[in-house]
Amino acid sequence: MTGTETGSGNRTGTETGTQIRAGTGAENGPPAETQTETGPGTGSRAETGTTIESLLRVESASVTLGGRPALEDASLTVDPGELVGLIGPNGAGKTTLLRAVLGLVPLASGRVRRPSGHPVGYVPQRHEFAWDFPIDIAGSVMSGRTRSIGWLRRPRAADREAVDRALELAGLTELRRRPIGELSGGQRQRVLVARALAAEPGLLLLDEPFTGVDVPTQEHLNELFRRLAGEGKALLMTTHDLAAAARTCHRVVLINRTVVAEGGPELLADSEQMLRAFGLHRAATAAGAVAA
Amino acid sequence: MIEFLLDPWDLPFMQRAFAVAAVTGLVCGVVGVFVVLRGMAFIGDAVAHSAFPGVALAYTFNGNLLLGGAAAGIVTAVGIAFVSQNRRLKEDTVIGVFFAFAFGLGIVLVSTRDTWTTDLSSFLFGQVLAVSSGDVWTAAAFGAVLVTVVLALRKELVAVSLDRETARAAGLPVFRLDVTLYVVVTATIVMSLEAVGNVLVLALMITPAATARMLTERLGTMTLLASGIGCAGSMAGLYVSYSYDLAAGGSIVVVLTSVFALVWLLAPRHGLLTRALRRTTDAPRVSPPAEIPAATAGTP
Repeated sequence: MTGTETGSGNRTGTETGTQIRAGTGAENGPPAETQTETGPGTGSRAETGTTIESLLRVESASVTLGGRPALEDASLTVDPGELVGLIGPNGAGKTTLLRAVLGLVPLASGRVRRPSGHPVGYVPQRHEFAWDFPIDIAGSVMSGRTRSIGWLRRPRAADREAVDRALELAGLTELRRRPIGELSGGQRQRVLVARALAAEPGLLLLDEPFTGVDVPTQEHLNELFRRLAGEGKALLMTTHDLAAAARTCHRVVLINRTVVAEGGPELLADSEQMLRAFGLHRAATAAGAVAA
Repeated sequence: MIEFLLDPWDLPFMQRAFAVAAVTGLVCGVVGVFVVLRGMAFIGDAVAHSAFPGVALAYTFNGNLLLGGAAAGIVTAVGIAFVSQNRRLKEDTVIGVFFAFAFGLGIVLVSTRDTWTTDLSSFLFGQVLAVSSGDVWTAAAFGAVLVTVVLALRKELVAVSLDRETARAAGLPVFRLDVTLYVVVTATIVMSLEAVGNVLVLALMITPAATARMLTERLGTMTLLASGIGCAGSMAGLYVSYSYDLAAGGSIVVVLTSVFALVWLLAPRHGLLTRALRRTTDAPRVSPPAEIPAATAGTP
């Protein structure tokens, strides 16, 4: 795929490479021990729509992977009670943004702010998980609480209750003793969601939760995410399933190495914005000029 | 039959050999579970071989062989853990180069001594019939520490094994846990050198755990089975060795591998065992009745 040029002038200072690529190979970031990740060159760009109580604020974040920019000057916020969709083509930096928020890849510049006291739940893509490990569903969900249980300790009543709640929310209570090697794609996705929920997070980051899962699971997750948002959690979900995003999300952020546009789900019906996000901006403006 | 079983126990050197074999088999089983589940077999092999120059150095300078081997092995293990954090390098290539070098270095070091061929064979193939009672107690103490460490860190090791990125995101010290596991593997290998020697030690760690994996979908059961198979298999191997006057280390490995082969062959054919087996495949089993026609599954 040939690259795009940000010629529209409303984004200054971004030097766009000619290749769209978000690698996943760099794994040498520091562990996310701190609540606030600060990179060099603190961004000073004022963002509209941010409030103090945002559970996530990404400010002018840039990430370089393997010498190439994977994310440039990207800013977004997620407030409590919000379900935000992160939409973009393959290689647009969706996963990279999530990983930067988690501190799994270092920021080249900009910063990520999260209030302390709200753990983050992460639902990675399904292939990140060792489904051949000999453990049952309840055990893998409990692994989401490893950190909060603490070293040299066994799960206590509170941990078991949190796991029970997470299993209930994900609709896995009946299957809790089933080995994870025997699950369908939809069941596996629900296990990952339940594992993240077991840590009782304030912010939930979901990487392509609807990809390759059956329709009943999609509907279940859809309902679950809305319910979690209703309880005041903040959810940020990457997807390239526009229909799912339009149905589920309160707000969508279009991303193509940087944030191209954001707004309500109706934005997904805006063909020019969509074309820009999906790297066809010049074609779109050319078409627009012809039409005018 | 009873005479056959009791006969070797009259001999003090056989009593010590049985004790060392039992302890080694048990500890290797427990540690081997994570080696198998993490796909660390090749790393284990590298560590086993790289312990060799340490043993050889200690031997050359009349030092403690176990300590020498442990030091060399741990240096390698930490190095491997460090290299494997950076996925840009093909890990197995680096390991391959490194452990071949370490092994060669060990042989060179040993060959500086006059009696080296005899000594070399005891390093390579074990000397379980020549252990002292001090060695037995050292192995037992070592083993107790290693098993304790693995059980104490089990929860964290499971979380990292399941999904290391999410574990890292949650704030678990993934690198330090990796290093700890590598050090435990190394120490286990070094303490097992006496029983089966450098070349065969990997089998003691991998084979019982691999056998156990085919029989269960529970980590706890797998750990119990692996240590049980390792312990019983090692002792049975010693019986074989004693009865037919065969090399002890080799006999242990042959017995353990026979058990593995039996489980691998028989389990898929038996209806009962098939249910217990539940080998991981991509095809999900929706309900228990779906498992019954498994006997015909082999003919596509």
